[in-house]
Amino acid sequence: MMLNPRHEEGFFYLLAAIGGLVSAVGIGAALYMEHSGHVVTGMNNQIVWGLPHVVAIFLIVAASGVLNVASMGSVFGRKLYKPRAPLSGLLALAMISGGLAVIMLDLGRADRIIVAATHFNPTSVFGWNVILYPVFYGVVAVYLWTMMERRMHPWMKVAGFATFIWRIVLTTGTGSIFAFLVARQAYGTALLAPMFIIMSFCWGLAVFLVVQSTMYAWNGLTLPPLVLQRMKNLLATFVAAVLYFTIVLHLVNAYFAKNIAFEYFILFDSEFAGMFWIGQILIGTLLPLALLFNPATAAKSLWVNVAALLVIVGAYFQLYVFIIGGQAFPLDMFPGYDVKSTFMDGMVDHYSASLPELLLALGGIGIAFTMTTIGVRILHFLPQDDFAEIEAATSATD
Amino acid sequence: MTAPQEPGSNPRRAFIAAAGAGVAGLGFTAIAPGLHLMAVGQADAAEVRKAGSAASPAVRWGLLIDAGKCAPGCTKCIDACHTENGVSEKLPDPRQNSQWIRKIELVDRRDGRKTELPMMCQHCANPPCVDVCPTGASMKRADGIVLVDRHTCIGCRYCMMACPYKARSLVHVPLTEQNPEVPRGQGCVESCTLCVHRVDRGQTPACVESCPEGAMLFGDLNDPSSAIAKRIASVPTTQVRSDLRLNQGVRYQGL
Repeated sequence: MMLNPRHEEGFFYLLAAIGGLVSAVGIGAALYMEHSGHVVTGMNNQIVWGLPHVVAIFLIVAASGVLNVASMGSVFGRKLYKPRAPLSGLLALAMISGGLAVIMLDLGRADRIIVAATHFNPTSVFGWNVILYPVFYGVVAVYLWTMMERRMHPWMKVAGFATFIWRIVLTTGTGSIFAFLVARQAYGTALLAPMFIIMSFCWGLAVFLVVQSTMYAWNGLTLPPLVLQRMKNLLATFVAAVLYFTIVLHLVNAYFAKNIAFEYFILFDSEFAGMFWIGQILIGTLLPLALLFNPATAAKSLWVNVAALLVIVGAYFQLYVFIIGGQAFPLDMFPGYDVKSTFMDGMVDHYSASLPELLLALGGIGIAFTMTTIGVRILHFLPQDDFAEIEAATSATD
Repeated sequence: MTAPQEPGSNPRRAFIAAAGAGVAGLGFTAIAPGLHLMAVGQADAAEVRKAGSAASPAVRWGLLIDAGKCAPGCTKCIDACHTENGVSEKLPDPRQNSQWIRKIELVDRRDGRKTELPMMCQHCANPPCVDVCPTGASMKRADGIVLVDRHTCIGCRYCMMACPYKARSLVHVPLTEQNPEVPRGQGCVESCTLCVHRVDRGQTPACVESCPEGAMLFGDLNDPSSAIAKRIASVPTTQVRSDLRLNQGVRYQGL
């Protein structure tokens, strides 16, 4: 379906306005939190990171993952992915902007963000990230430049390779935020760094597929079956890989006697158990795998997109269980003792997000959405496939 | 851990001891015309740290808490801490209140034995909160006291995620009527300072002073002649979560 140009223009402005409004409401919520203090959130001194962090970490992890589409073309020479590299770069910048905005606006002292740039602690993973994120912006911007400016094309491969390396480093940094935490049973394992990388591949590709399909539909085009098949196979592989890492993570944890109580809690005996089995495993893993492997659905763009959307929904469940569930479980300071205090020692904590933090989280998605909507409108990001070339390259490599 | 120092090998300590002996009869030291520094006669009290001088790395301040003496239901240490440090806010959700020190009740699963103890920042020699702080606001002073620089804390709460003792709190509301010696602020993270302002004046922390049972002993872990070092050398003591090898300044007895 192709929209009438006048309607199409109006529809674009409507979408941009909705995105801008959601972003503005999010920023307003952050100002309210800044003015009143975090007392207006559901976060407390036991569950110190809440819904804003779940959404922000999704956006940041998916931002680096979406660049994988570009890397498939520039680093691994897959011609099918090359026309998709500019869109992947734009999405990466849009999502990391939304994610970082949420993280920064949720700070207890958001007004001091400049302090994070002027005071650097080299032992802090957060400190590393303060360097990793701006460089990510720079590297992706240069990469986009080499792709979109004909005279810079000779540098495209080098820029693509640098981007690939940097996005791996960046996601290692994000996973390490939790991997370096010794205090809580849910975290503190080196497995989290590679697991976050594979999660980023999966979630980034899912976001890319949905955005790409939307753009094709907007322009009255249908995603070519060859492209659809390749990308859905890749998505299925990544979904399976995340499942593999999830299984290994929980098996290793459950093997250690000191972590058995936590594993029982998170997998079977808490509000998070349902989110894990239904949200992450059923909705976010098994259903998408079924849709992507079943011949009746796998060849249809609609069902592949449904699978990608389910992967995104599952990702939020996964991060919620990981971040909130990991903090809700009491710290095990005195093994062999039953513990209680006025401050939730020995007790499972409960968290429910308040309206301001929900709006802040949505604001981050709004920022990513608005940047993407305006970006694809102003610049030329719709993939331009040269199918004769792709067919030739595919048959040569297969 | 820093090796114990020979008694008298610290020139600053020797100087202060000599000066203290010389003026003990007078009860005060003249440090400038018209300005006097009161001598502190309390046993095992901290040395007075002159304004502008750095904390000494030769000292490692610590606490030894005798859980066997900690009286059930007693909250005098908590009350004293909150009064001393101006921690007065009472929020509808108590989990959002600052928790500089709290009482923990323990029941041994084997024999049902009950114990109570105060829990606060453990002033680790290798503090995870300091490692993870992106701006360096979370810091360890040369004398082992772990603090937060309220001017550079951005309220990211990563230190709260990293602390194995849940000893840190975010100030969730705007504050008024603070104790000028203990600056606090909305959106910053805070924790027990070991009453650093009192220690620098040569006093002991408020919780130690308030304990009616004498269950808390404060002193220099590096000084073998201090009461705390002698006690730690003579009775079994515990570091909570010793598996993490953080080398805490706060030790427990009777666990």
